Amino acid sequence: MEFISSNLLTLILFLPVLSALVVALLPSEEKKLIRWVALIASFLPLALTLFLWFEFDASKAGFQFEQQVTWFEAINSSYHLGVDGVSLTMVLLTTLLTPLCILASFSIEDRVKGYMALFLMLETGMLGVFLSLDLLLFFVFWEIGLVPMYFLINQWGSEKGERELWGGVKVKARTYASFKFMIYTMAGSLGLLLAVQLIGVVAGTFDLTQLFQIWPTLTTLDNIGPLGLSVGTVKVIVFWAFVIAFALKVPVWPFHTWLPDAHTEAPTAGSMILAGVLLKLGAYGFLRLVLPLFPAEAKTYAGALAFLATMAIIFGAFSSFGQSDFKRLVAYSSVNHMGFVVLGIAAAAYAAGTDHATIAMNGAVLQMFNHGLSAAGMFFLVGVIYERTHTRNLDDFGGLFPLVPVYGGILIFTSMASLGLPGLNGFISEFLVVRGAWPVFTVYTALGMIGLLFTGAYILKGIKQVLHGPLNEQWAFGEHLLTDIRPREIFVMAPLMVLMLWLGVWPAWLLDVINRAVEVLF
Amino acid sequence: MTTELLIWLIPLPPLLAFFLIVLFTNRRKALSHTIAVGAALLSWGGSMVVFWRALQEGAHHLGAHPFESAIDWLPTGGSWFRIGVLIDPLGAAVLFFVAWTVLMIFLYSVGYHNFGQPKGDHDRAGLPPHGATVEDEHGHKHTVPSIEPMYSRFFAFIGLFAFGMYTLVVSDNLLTLFVGWEIMGLCSYLLIGFWYGKKSARAAMIKAFITTRVGDVFMLLGIAYLYAATGTLNFRAIFTEEVLHHLAAEPSGFFGLSAAGLIGILLFIGTVGKSAQFPLHVWLPDAMEGPTPVSAMIHAATMVSAGVYMVIRIFPLLSAGAEHGHLTTAMNAMAFIGAFTALFAATIAIAQNDIKRVLAYSTISQLGYMIAALGIGAYVAATFHLVTHAFFKALLFLGSGSVIHGVEHGVLHTDDHVDPQDMFNMGGLRRKMPLTFWTFLIGGFALSGFPILTAGFWSKDEILADAFGHGHMAVFITLAVAAFLTAFYTMRQITLSFFGEPRTKAAEHAHETPWTMTTPLVILAVFAIGYGWVGIPEQFPGIGGLIPNWFHDWVGSTLLHHPKAVEFNIVPLLTSLGVALGGLFFGWLVYRNIEAGQEDPLKKPLGPIYTLLQNKYYIDELYDLVFVKPAMWISETLSYQWMDRGLIDGILHTFSRAAYALGGVFRNYIDMPIINGFGDFVGEGVKKLGRAFRVIQTGRVQQYMVIALVLAFGTLFYYLYNWMIP
Repeated sequence: MEFISSNLLTLILFLPVLSALVVALLPSEEKKLIRWVALIASFLPLALTLFLWFEFDASKAGFQFEQQVTWFEAINSSYHLGVDGVSLTMVLLTTLLTPLCILASFSIEDRVKGYMALFLMLETGMLGVFLSLDLLLFFVFWEIGLVPMYFLINQWGSEKGERELWGGVKVKARTYASFKFMIYTMAGSLGLLLAVQLIGVVAGTFDLTQLFQIWPTLTTLDNIGPLGLSVGTVKVIVFWAFVIAFALKVPVWPFHTWLPDAHTEAPTAGSMILAGVLLKLGAYGFLRLVLPLFPAEAKTYAGALAFLATMAIIFGAFSSFGQSDFKRLVAYSSVNHMGFVVLGIAAAAYAAGTDHATIAMNGAVLQMFNHGLSAAGMFFLVGVIYERTHTRNLDDFGGLFPLVPVYGGILIFTSMASLGLPGLNGFISEFLVVRGAWPVFTVYTALGMIGLLFTGAYILKGIKQVLHGPLNEQWAFGEHLLTDIRPREIFVMAPLMVLMLWLGVWPAWLLDVINRAVEVLF
Repeated sequence: MTTELLIWLIPLPPLLAFFLIVLFTNRRKALSHTIAVGAALLSWGGSMVVFWRALQEGAHHLGAHPFESAIDWLPTGGSWFRIGVLIDPLGAAVLFFVAWTVLMIFLYSVGYHNFGQPKGDHDRAGLPPHGATVEDEHGHKHTVPSIEPMYSRFFAFIGLFAFGMYTLVVSDNLLTLFVGWEIMGLCSYLLIGFWYGKKSARAAMIKAFITTRVGDVFMLLGIAYLYAATGTLNFRAIFTEEVLHHLAAEPSGFFGLSAAGLIGILLFIGTVGKSAQFPLHVWLPDAMEGPTPVSAMIHAATMVSAGVYMVIRIFPLLSAGAEHGHLTTAMNAMAFIGAFTALFAATIAIAQNDIKRVLAYSTISQLGYMIAALGIGAYVAATFHLVTHAFFKALLFLGSGSVIHGVEHGVLHTDDHVDPQDMFNMGGLRRKMPLTFWTFLIGGFALSGFPILTAGFWSKDEILADAFGHGHMAVFITLAVAAFLTAFYTMRQITLSFFGEPRTKAAEHAHETPWTMTTPLVILAVFAIGYGWVGIPEQFPGIGGLIPNWFHDWVGSTLLHHPKAVEFNIVPLLTSLGVALGGLFFGWLVYRNIEAGQEDPLKKPLGPIYTLLQNKYYIDELYDLVFVKPAMWISETLSYQWMDRGLIDGILHTFSRAAYALGGVFRNYIDMPIINGFGDFVGEGVKKLGRAFRVIQTGRVQQYMVIALVLAFGTLFYYLYNWMIP
């Protein structure tokens, strides 16, 4: 017990990768065994996270469960982990979604071992970003998360579809999507690495707890900067490198076009985790690094960020409404929803220190969690119907409600959570963001309402095309007879739905933890 | 149990019923409706107890110290956002009518969905029941109505709907009010599209949701603004002199409006959507696609009333800054939109043949009355009309459902496939369905404002008197004209449906509906008459003062300053008598002798105007052209194809193409010639050298020895030479 509580974060962080090793040692033909081992193993971090949740003392300021071990002594980088209310929320989201994704992946038949091992590795990568309190460590995990995702899309992505590049050159859609995802994120990482190095050289440490103290007020350089740069120049370079890296990941409009491709082509569980957690890494970067380290710069450019967020909200909704592919429709909804996260962050950056900022930031963090639940749920439901019909084209469905009443009910419920219906989780966070952003960016908030209106339009379009209308007879008889959602699939959805409702009715249990952390941060 | 706790509990039974039916009992029809009606009964009981206890408190005491209780809900920085319940005199009055109408509608639904009838022959979920064939004891086959295939689901949905309405009524703050508001929006969406197999129902459900959502997003902004400006959304905390004064004085920076003005207008736009006021009224007539109890739920008891209730609730905010006799911008906007809508919708109602559509437009028109009344500051009159309208309009909708149901029975029985909702296919129903006829007549007369007897007269008269008394002549005249049209189309409806002789075989074989449907009609008819008597002005000639004007005292005490009753004047009274009786008379005169197959007698004299009215001023077509089509184009073409696929991906592809090309340059001009060339040069050179040296590799030891010796001595001599001669 003593061992567990003193090494809690390390255990949560590395259990998945250890499990991946165990899975890798199992014989490949024992698919069932592999699946169950992976599933059970993925519950361990969740159990430990729940333990962490209850041990965590929300009333204390600063990081808890810290663990620090010297790592690269020469450059003052250490293995330093810790959680506060914000990262704890994200860790909970990650460890919660991973078992559900693995359960959702039970229908994978092709190279199960590799798939499950990669998935567990991915979990470690994501958790590492949320837990790191050392910039170098942060960067390492940031990169680690990329690799498994690339292979998941590239190898297990949808088999159909091609994408024309230029002049008639065509590639497989999943190859295109995985490549775009990889290159795009790498492009951001490049700047991120440079920025991390610059900070390390200039400040002499990579430790975040120290950097939070010294960096924002840094006016003179102790160590002569590389190339004789001034403090101002270094700060501007680092700021923009951070912003670009995180903006690509969120993604902020107009860097979003990798998202619909990657989300659409990824296997179901891959899309779930992409939308559920990976997008949050970018937003987390903003609120863990950009805002605390660069309060002045963030304030200066908050208006621009709010503008881009508004564009994402509006055009994400429009593009989503314009889709005839169900999965792409859901993918674009992420652009729309993450726009609210960014709007909240921008408002908080601009109005730091006021009530508006706290409320906007509460909304943004809660929206990250909520979007994780609803987007994962939506992608899973798209996957459920795709597995049965092998099509994602909305025009191929229609009138399926009487055939699949349980699925239909679940789809409507999850869609409504995604739409932000009051009484379900999405509303609370969107309301808080709108409330926080209104006095700060009045015009952008008002314009964002266009997006909110079209959120309704695309959600209803999805429901209408799939469930309502005259029955498309081809799914009613014979070999194509559509079967209702199975118990395993309900098990994936049930926890998500319970949380959506619970957070919609009684958000305080989570919001209180976020609120206290945010109050300390700003 | 304390009253506060009871108020908390009122909305819960229908919600519980929703979950129970959806999760457990959806396959058992009788159990499902028992749960739902039982839940409605519980909420009704709770509401009555609360209403009774409110009465005991007395108007003035309750106005100053309402029932309220709140809990912490959202942490926002150092403080909490609190939510809670509140029943003040206004809340109690609204709770009373909501409880009654909701209960009646639940009961009615049992009969309306043909409980106890056999399963249909070809019925399918998502389509209305088509009827079942049964054999009587003589071996004759009959087609009779069949039970709704999604019977349980209907009760689940209306349960959730009732939860939304109760939540809205008991809320002490705008945020939970908005929660109830939106939950009703969802339910109306689900219920309008209850028969989702029909294309028209599918279109109507989306239209209803999106159109009201236009209003809702503005309302959300209004809520956010109010919250940001005052730090609270609690009604009683906002409606204090100090806060209102502050809001009225603070400029919003938007067209010279004060903060109170802008917030009021934003919130009012929410009402425009929800209460179907022009220009967002288009969804409501189409919402008739839903089953009839739904129409009554949406139009009378709940959703559209919710919009008016909200503006009545925030009236102190809307009127903040109003000097004596001088209206605020928000109030002017309301007076204009309300009066315009009242007249506009009434004109459309004249040319509709569908019995439910007439009522739909009449609802829009009557809601316009309330909005206009509130706009000119007639707070009590607006509330009074809200309550009486809820009763008589619920009665009319349920009555029209009963009519349709009766005619449908005839349609099935005679195999005469006419539209059972078209009034021109009816006639003479007063003899076939007496109970429905009498109650419908009462409802219709109340709607027309038939003098003295009906509730509608008292509430409508009060609005007219107020408009006249405070000198808002434009509003007064508009509303008077609308009232005339209202009486006219109502009598047209009654005459076409019930008087004369049956015009089709189906109408001839129409049948009175079961007790579950007629009982609610009777109870609502009692209120459609009796509720007017609690609000008779004191100075009314003859009967004024016989019964105290309870309603004015009661609702008026909700406000900080008790509103004064308007001075009595004979002009509005005569006007309201004249338009009501005149409209009814002309309606009867024009439509009393319609033959089967005859067209509307107004069609000829009105000519193109009739076509314009019949097509609802072509507003749907206009919206389609101006909003729907461009939105589609923006989404599919501009946003997705041009911006994302074309521009952004195009730029990315250009980068990647450039990178690809650069790679090609590196390969073809650097890698291949220089690096590979150098490598090859070295490799080839060594090879050549090796070949050249091969000649000395003879494999003979003696030769190697000679070469080694020669080289060794050569080296030795070289060093010796260098050493000796420096």
